[in-house]
Amino acid sequence: MNLHKILKFILMLMVVLISQVGASWGSPKDKEPENNILQDSLAQNFPYYEDNEICFSCHNDGLYEYENENTGQRLRRLMHPNERVSRNKFYSSVHQNFSCTDCHSYEYTSFPHPGELLFESYPQCIDCHGGDESFAQYKFEEIQAEYELSVHFELEHEGFSCYKCHNPHEYDPSMRKGENIREAISYANGICLSCHADYDQYHLLTNHEEINIVSRHDWLPNEALHFQNVRCIECHTQISDSILVAHHLLPYEDAVRNCVECHSQNSRLMGTLYKFQAREQRKGGFFNAIILNESYVIGANRNMVLNILSVLILMGILGIITLHVIIRIRSLKS
Amino acid sequence: MGHRIYLYPKWIRLWHIVNALMFLILIATGLSMQYTNASGWLLQELGANPAEKTETTTFLMSFATAISWHNIAALIVTLGFLVFFTGNVITRNSRNYIPRKKFFIKNMMIQLRFYAFGIFKGENHPFPINKDRKFNPLQQASYIFAMYIAMPLVILSGIGMFFPELVPTQMFGVSGLMINGLIHIISGYTLSMFMIIHIYTCTLGAKPTTLYKGMITGYHEVH
Repeated sequence: MNLHKILKFILMLMVVLISQVGASWGSPKDKEPENNILQDSLAQNFPYYEDNEICFSCHNDGLYEYENENTGQRLRRLMHPNERVSRNKFYSSVHQNFSCTDCHSYEYTSFPHPGELLFESYPQCIDCHGGDESFAQYKFEEIQAEYELSVHFELEHEGFSCYKCHNPHEYDPSMRKGENIREAISYANGICLSCHADYDQYHLLTNHEEINIVSRHDWLPNEALHFQNVRCIECHTQISDSILVAHHLLPYEDAVRNCVECHSQNSRLMGTLYKFQAREQRKGGFFNAIILNESYVIGANRNMVLNILSVLILMGILGIITLHVIIRIRSLKS
Repeated sequence: MGHRIYLYPKWIRLWHIVNALMFLILIATGLSMQYTNASGWLLQELGANPAEKTETTTFLMSFATAISWHNIAALIVTLGFLVFFTGNVITRNSRNYIPRKKFFIKNMMIQLRFYAFGIFKGENHPFPINKDRKFNPLQQASYIFAMYIAMPLVILSGIGMFFPELVPTQMFGVSGLMINGLIHIISGYTLSMFMIIHIYTCTLGAKPTTLYKGMITGYHEVH
């Protein structure tokens, strides 16, 4: 029995030792080469990677350290979420080839940053993209003109700007890619909900009362399904003929409340959500065929062949019945 | 003067009238949802700004009304179908839906020939109603199709439209919701056509009203 206990103890000891060694093999040290490979590839792909790393070293991690000049004490602080910039999202965004100091003052390269930089004004989208032939296809001038008509523009003096919706550090033209429409919808609605479903954010710009998005939209049949399958702007913007994503945000009382605007043959969705994909209007006899790739919208997806066939069958049945009735009446008389 | 056979018990008559009324609602509301248009659609076809369409050309009723009534009627029809199915399982009514395999097609043709020609010549019904034979072969075939194929399809696809999250996202390379929608529309349309034919063929009894009276009183007049 004693020998058995001793063997059991030795076995347990071996298991503990092996697990300790295994744990050290899989320690974070092991991940360092992986991170190095990732950083090397970023450094190779993006011209300002190394310059930007000075900023990302704090702004990506959300932590910064500084020394109190009076006490000599080193302090570690959490960065405000608004000041954080994700390195990965930045290098996946449209501005991935930029240096931070292209838009921000060069004085930010000194740390701690000079206090007066708090009042720095940033260029707006139109300042860089307007009047430039290389961006002509995106029609920034028209986007700006629509924005100036929108309810959001009325809040400019309170601090509203393009950046409230389009984070320049992360902006991803998801609708233009047209790859995964569900993800694009979620991305687009996330922009709206970041203020309209977060009263703390919303309250920064307006004194309007808090909106309960869910109860405000409870008139929609299958409310959750609408939220998942269409963007807020489908109903809350004036349709634009020329630009891909409408920017003329309407007052809430002017939003679409008429189901048939989407649930009909000439569905509004073809001029909004599916505009980019709507090159093929009628495929396989279907109206609004492009919607069929993702969903099925009652009233919008009609099939020409089935429409004609259904009327022909109905006419045929009614014709046979009428003929039958006539012959019955005649045969009764005779 | 003939005699009377008690053919339609109360539960069948009640289910039948409720089902019929709900079907009328479903047809009207279904058509409304499928064919309501924004009034600007023609202008838009001609190149007008789609933003100009503001009014709605409702088909029979508003879209929102159609949805509410369609959902309510569909729920009642679904519950009714469960009553019908359960009733058939626990009563002897199910035997009316079991076809006699022998000469089934041939008998259907005989009945069809009667409707097409014999009825005009005053011939007797080839398969007169009696206690053991409530339906003629043509009726039996069409009722089996309507109640055991088309109804389950329209109900299941309807549940799929009410709870779209239950429907597979992709089926055969296209949207599962689209296939589900098509099944619902095609089976609903087929049942609507069945209803028109059913209403007319029920005037083909000894007198045009004989079969209707039977479904109201429960008794079939044998002439």
